[in-house]
Amino acid sequence: MTFEQIKKNAIAEWEAFENNEKPRIYVGTATCGCSSGALDLIEKIHAELEQNHIEATVIEVGCIGCCYAEPLVDIAKRGRPRISYNNVTPEIISALITDYLINDNPRPDLALCTIGEGEISGIPDISDLPMFKPQVRIALRNCGYVDPENINHYIARDGYSGLIRALKMTSEEVIEEISKSGLRGRGGAGFSTGTKWRFCYNASGDEKYLICNADEGDPGAFMDRALLESDPHSVLEGMLIGAYAIGASHGYIYIRSEYPLAIDRLRTALEQMGKYQLLGDDILGTGFNFNIEIKEGAGAFVCGEETAMIQSIEGKRGMPYPRPPFPATSGLWGKPTNINNVETWSNVSAILQKSAEWYAGYGTEQSKGTKTFALAGKVVRTGLIEVPMGITLRQIVYDIGGGIQDDKEFKAVQTGGPSGGCLPVSTLDLPVDYENLAAAGSIVGSGGMIVTDSDTCMVDLARYFLSFTQAESCGKCVPCREGTMQMLKILTDITEGNGKPEDIDLLLELSEAIKLASLCALGGTAPNPVLTTIRYFLEEYESHIYKKQCPAKACKELISFYILPGKCQGCLICKRNCPVDAIAGDKRMIHLIDQNKCIKCGVCLEVCPSRFNAVTKVSGEQMITPKELISVGSWEKL
Amino acid sequence: MKAFREYFKNNRFNITCGEAKEIVDTKIIGVLVQFTRDRRNLIPVLQKVQEAEGYLSAESITEISHFLDVSENDVYSVASFYAQFRFTRPGDHIIKVCLGTACHVRGGERILDNVERELDIQPGQTTSDYKFGLERVACFGCCALAPVMVVDQNVYSRVTPAKTKKILELYK
Repeated sequence: MTFEQIKKNAIAEWEAFENNEKPRIYVGTATCGCSSGALDLIEKIHAELEQNHIEATVIEVGCIGCCYAEPLVDIAKRGRPRISYNNVTPEIISALITDYLINDNPRPDLALCTIGEGEISGIPDISDLPMFKPQVRIALRNCGYVDPENINHYIARDGYSGLIRALKMTSEEVIEEISKSGLRGRGGAGFSTGTKWRFCYNASGDEKYLICNADEGDPGAFMDRALLESDPHSVLEGMLIGAYAIGASHGYIYIRSEYPLAIDRLRTALEQMGKYQLLGDDILGTGFNFNIEIKEGAGAFVCGEETAMIQSIEGKRGMPYPRPPFPATSGLWGKPTNINNVETWSNVSAILQKSAEWYAGYGTEQSKGTKTFALAGKVVRTGLIEVPMGITLRQIVYDIGGGIQDDKEFKAVQTGGPSGGCLPVSTLDLPVDYENLAAAGSIVGSGGMIVTDSDTCMVDLARYFLSFTQAESCGKCVPCREGTMQMLKILTDITEGNGKPEDIDLLLELSEAIKLASLCALGGTAPNPVLTTIRYFLEEYESHIYKKQCPAKACKELISFYILPGKCQGCLICKRNCPVDAIAGDKRMIHLIDQNKCIKCGVCLEVCPSRFNAVTKVSGEQMITPKELISVGSWEKL
Repeated sequence: MKAFREYFKNNRFNITCGEAKEIVDTKIIGVLVQFTRDRRNLIPVLQKVQEAEGYLSAESITEISHFLDVSENDVYSVASFYAQFRFTRPGDHIIKVCLGTACHVRGGERILDNVERELDIQPGQTTSDYKFGLERVACFGCCALAPVMVVDQNVYSRVTPAKTKKILELYK
């Protein structure tokens, strides 16, 4: 079968699917959907359909990125747009099947938006939602629209047309096209993809390798997982184009074993490509050979670093080695190797499907195109987003994210994970691109974006990241191995109230040495969270050191819980829930917390009924409480 | 037995099947026969053996070392480098508490504290009755649902310290 025939069949299948008499029900089953109960919903849908004798097509799609609204179920009737329903429960499923499928009431009260052509009164179109308005979806173009386990869906939406175009060009022309698009590595470093390819293309040797870096190790980042779970073919097509351009015949996808669903969907995708002659020997009869193998990581953050990843694929300890030689000249098994990240590959296929000029039309002068971010933390609308480079942090946090939860105050946004930094209010109007974030002390990184509010302690956050990098340091070079350990010790001292005035200078000095002398980027960027928090939140460090106070009331050693004697109603709830029996009290007697026994777990604060609000958390303050148990109401009289 | 014979056909040790039965576990052989005897397969072999056995026992390490012709020392050196591998028998239920950034800012550490106290074990340990094992995970990628705790394959989202106790009760 030629590709034209494959495509014709795929489009026919897609159209038959869209124009079918039967209604279509889409359920988002990426990991976030599944963990919110999407799989139970599918069972419920089938049961309800059967009970009501309705015929409908139920398909599983990936993630449209509204994680806060999961689980999402979309229903489409012929000739009408999909209606997306958010936070669906089994009860809502019953209601929707009766109301919309049977009685034709689309229930705008339960709907989030419509997707696709056409209008349904009372329900906004997805592009009008504040969360989606500023977004431009290139890497995530198909996420939530196609069945990730059906290659025909991808092909019907122009999939693999980028490969077809590339195969008609010379290698040089493909590399030139990528260079012209201005695409830079989306894994974090932001190195020009075209230049990287050219190095590998120019390297001598008949055998070359290509690697897709799917070892998304940054805590707080899930862009690559969502993309692979929702649209694996966009990444695989990019890899084929890259392989053709640099002349590689074998490729690897190095993926975290923590992503079982993504691995599963990749395997299915590879099988389907094989059937369509899009993989293996003599791809589409052009004489181009390329195979892809999946390598599961085994839980080592440092393997996201190129040279460590190469060691790991070779079956060794994943420890980086000094460069040069760069992988482009001597990488896997000593052969020229090109490594790009998942998102980069998805952009590559988009660029070849459209054009370099089209892609370069988005973004800023030096940072072209779009970037995906995993927006999480204390924002109202958490999720997976894709925005043009140059958008401001304010637009991301407030327009897309909907601002801070519970109307609290914005404190900082953390970008770039353990290699990045914390950016304060004063940077909110900064356009997001590689240069600007670097100047502010952080990095774009792979795309984790965690928003924090006044309850987050910046010293504790820095300590958290250092504990991560310290644990993940491979131990090969001294500055990273010993330096991160010392920094962590100092930060732990500060958060426990044992900080000394000279600690801040010591941290700065250590940071400088670790940045300069570490072998790889893990150590080289590890001090960033500390440097940015000292730069922007020095007063929080000083408060911990001089006043032994944690302004955010987050550091366990510096806080205490008290029961407010004027508010306690003696209901016994906190006493019963206290895991260490630290609360004394009786019915209608004002409860007391034994500060020596209290482990500061916060359970009492959580369980105290909100109408009483009798438990409080303080830092550096002494509260006056009764000396012994007294009855409710007698405190004011004392 | 077919897997057994296959294994010895490809194996260059001069031992009879009778002797071999005592020193190797058929389960491990079932795993090893899926691979070629190439060092680059070390990590996938370790992963598959752990999947079959639950952990990497001293005996399986010996067997892997023979099979791939890599010293036991080297096998341990690689296995101990990666967080995925464990060398002691795991609990029946594996509890993983996520300590990713989003979980951290939403109180993940307090969740871990509570589980540690409830079960009286530290991450990496198993309760004395082998009922529960506890692990800390750097990030599940469910950041929007933080804080997250996973028991076996079940993901619990937006966990609070008081909720942890109730979740554990489900598995006791």
